[in-house]
Amino acid sequence: MSVVAVEGLTKRFGDRTVVDDVSMTIEKGEIVGFLGPNGSGKTTTIRMICGLLTPDAGSGTVLGFDVLKDSREIKRRVGYMTQKFSFYEDLTIEENLDFVARLYELSPRRLYVDRTLDSLGLTSRRAQLAGTLSGGWKQRVALAACIMHEPDLLLLDEPTAGVDPKARREFWDEIHLLAAGGLTVLVSTHYMDEAERCHRINYISYGRLLACGTVDEVVAGAGLATFVARDAPPELVARIAGLPGVSQVAPFGTTLHVVGADLGLLTASLAALTAETGVAFTRGETSLEDVFIQFMSRAEDNMDGAAAKARAKP
Amino acid sequence: MIDFSLSRLWAILAKEMVQMRRDRITFAMMLGVPIMQLLLFGYAINTDPKRLPAAIVAVSQDRYTRAVVTALETTGYFRFEAQPSSLAEADLLIESGAVAFVVTLPADFGTRVERGDHPEILIEADATDPAAASGAIGTLGTVAQRALTREQGQEAEVEARQDKMLSVVVHRRYNPEGISQYNIVPGLLGVILQMTLVMMTGMALTRETERGTMENLLAMPATPMEIMLGKILPFLGVGGVQVVVVLTAAKILFGLPFLGSLTLLISAVLTFVLSLVLMGYFISTFARTQMQAMQLTFFFFLPSLMLSGFMFPFAGMPDWAQAIGECFPLTHFLRIVRAVMLKGAEMPAIAWEMAMLAVFILAYGGIALARFRRTLD
Repeated sequence: MSVVAVEGLTKRFGDRTVVDDVSMTIEKGEIVGFLGPNGSGKTTTIRMICGLLTPDAGSGTVLGFDVLKDSREIKRRVGYMTQKFSFYEDLTIEENLDFVARLYELSPRRLYVDRTLDSLGLTSRRAQLAGTLSGGWKQRVALAACIMHEPDLLLLDEPTAGVDPKARREFWDEIHLLAAGGLTVLVSTHYMDEAERCHRINYISYGRLLACGTVDEVVAGAGLATFVARDAPPELVARIAGLPGVSQVAPFGTTLHVVGADLGLLTASLAALTAETGVAFTRGETSLEDVFIQFMSRAEDNMDGAAAKARAKP
Repeated sequence: MIDFSLSRLWAILAKEMVQMRRDRITFAMMLGVPIMQLLLFGYAINTDPKRLPAAIVAVSQDRYTRAVVTALETTGYFRFEAQPSSLAEADLLIESGAVAFVVTLPADFGTRVERGDHPEILIEADATDPAAASGAIGTLGTVAQRALTREQGQEAEVEARQDKMLSVVVHRRYNPEGISQYNIVPGLLGVILQMTLVMMTGMALTRETERGTMENLLAMPATPMEIMLGKILPFLGVGGVQVVVVLTAAKILFGLPFLGSLTLLISAVLTFVLSLVLMGYFISTFARTQMQAMQLTFFFFLPSLMLSGFMFPFAGMPDWAQAIGECFPLTHFLRIVRAVMLKGAEMPAIAWEMAMLAVFILAYGGIALARFRRTLD
């Protein structure tokens, strides 16, 4: 049975539909990435899955429990790491862990807390106030506190925002280790490299789920064609952007990526440009980022400007 | 389904107590505020003020004039500070607030007394504050009259004549000396508890919302009931300590009489404290920030102070104001604490007020719990 199997999840705040008909399945041991622009409904969806918010419509199960009725059972078995550090800054690391261990009624509590401190390498700093930790350490403590009760499902809401690359790498190594041990993970992120470390990804925009699958499936499913030019003069960028069939032009170092949805039209436009300027374009690989930018600009086109603005994050 | 776990409650309790201990200023406030207020108000407030500054305009210095002036001074209400020579000068004194009374005796006062000509004494009082002037004014008529009859040696005769007409027996019960503190200090207990407890409980829960820890707390298995109890129980303890501090100080510093049963008083205080912390918790389900919680507390605090009977006599208010006053736990607590401490009242006498406090507890607690469930939604 799927760890998460929800259908048609919808959440409204007042007359704003923040999450609109989102369906999602996550299998045991999977790491699923949750992507989308700011305010697209990622946090709200995660909160509905862990029982913090009641969906206005939709149904489904999380860990076999009804997402509408059994939020208490779900909370017990889920670890949820919030976007912002939300443990107590005026408590020490140990007191925070103690608090969590007591709330989940872990026994023997000392053993759980000591083991967690040990795995964090924070045994000697156990009496330090959590508020005085650096961003990277806060994130590690928060993760350790979230998995102390050995949850079956881990929900991470932008866990690596503002964390340095090394700490991020270590964080993801740990996530993979946990997943290998059978933990199921749903993680929201803005980083493409993190998305690529997920088994599968879900892309959500303005409350709607636009794509899901493995990275390759999502890239292929977007149907984009990409051409790359080396050493193109910078003044060409503006001109290329105006050509028929071109939807994105972006310089990457010394190369220029040109992306379009209509391969025929794009090929014709670029061939004409090559004939005129002598700049050669070769077929390149479409990246996940290209796909997401395509999704985002498409979603904006679909949205009336005012409505789009009204959907700022709650 | 009732889902309640003592160990989860203990988790929240332990956390709250550590946080409280670590927040030094708040902790100091919990004990400092009661002592400060008790000293300030206990010593400063007097609803029957004595030794008020007065001026006398008397041209002649005959023995009757002196007798009246001495008699007025011995009442303790007047302190003659100025002897303006003209009425204009006296006017200026009372206008500027330098004196509260101007006593004017006619120039031929002595002669007219001897002639039996019913001379008039004019006493002008600054009645902008009616309460301040009333005590002094009340004593005037009889005091001046008596001073004159004594001076003329007719005391016995006049007294005998009055006795025949009517005798009024006034029995000032519970506080025969009219000491303001006996009334104010027990009231202060209620006011101090209300001020510190409502605000602190209100802020304790809002702090979680403001700092973003509420989301985490709700994602963990704690139930609304456990969170509420975990939040309010520490403040019950704080309230208990405050009560001990105030009552001890009341006994030692003000020699407050303590007629009723201590057990009854303590159970009344605990009931009151519980209603206060629940009110604080109730406020915190509305406020999004600690600042809002504080503003809401004050929005509630002032009317309850004014209409509870702490500052002004409750029975003297119009019916609608009394109706509003009945809606504050403080009103009922004041009646209980004054009745038990000063009158030695037993349970039957205060049963109604205790029941009202219980109603507040159920109402605040119920609404707070009902509202709390929906907070993240």
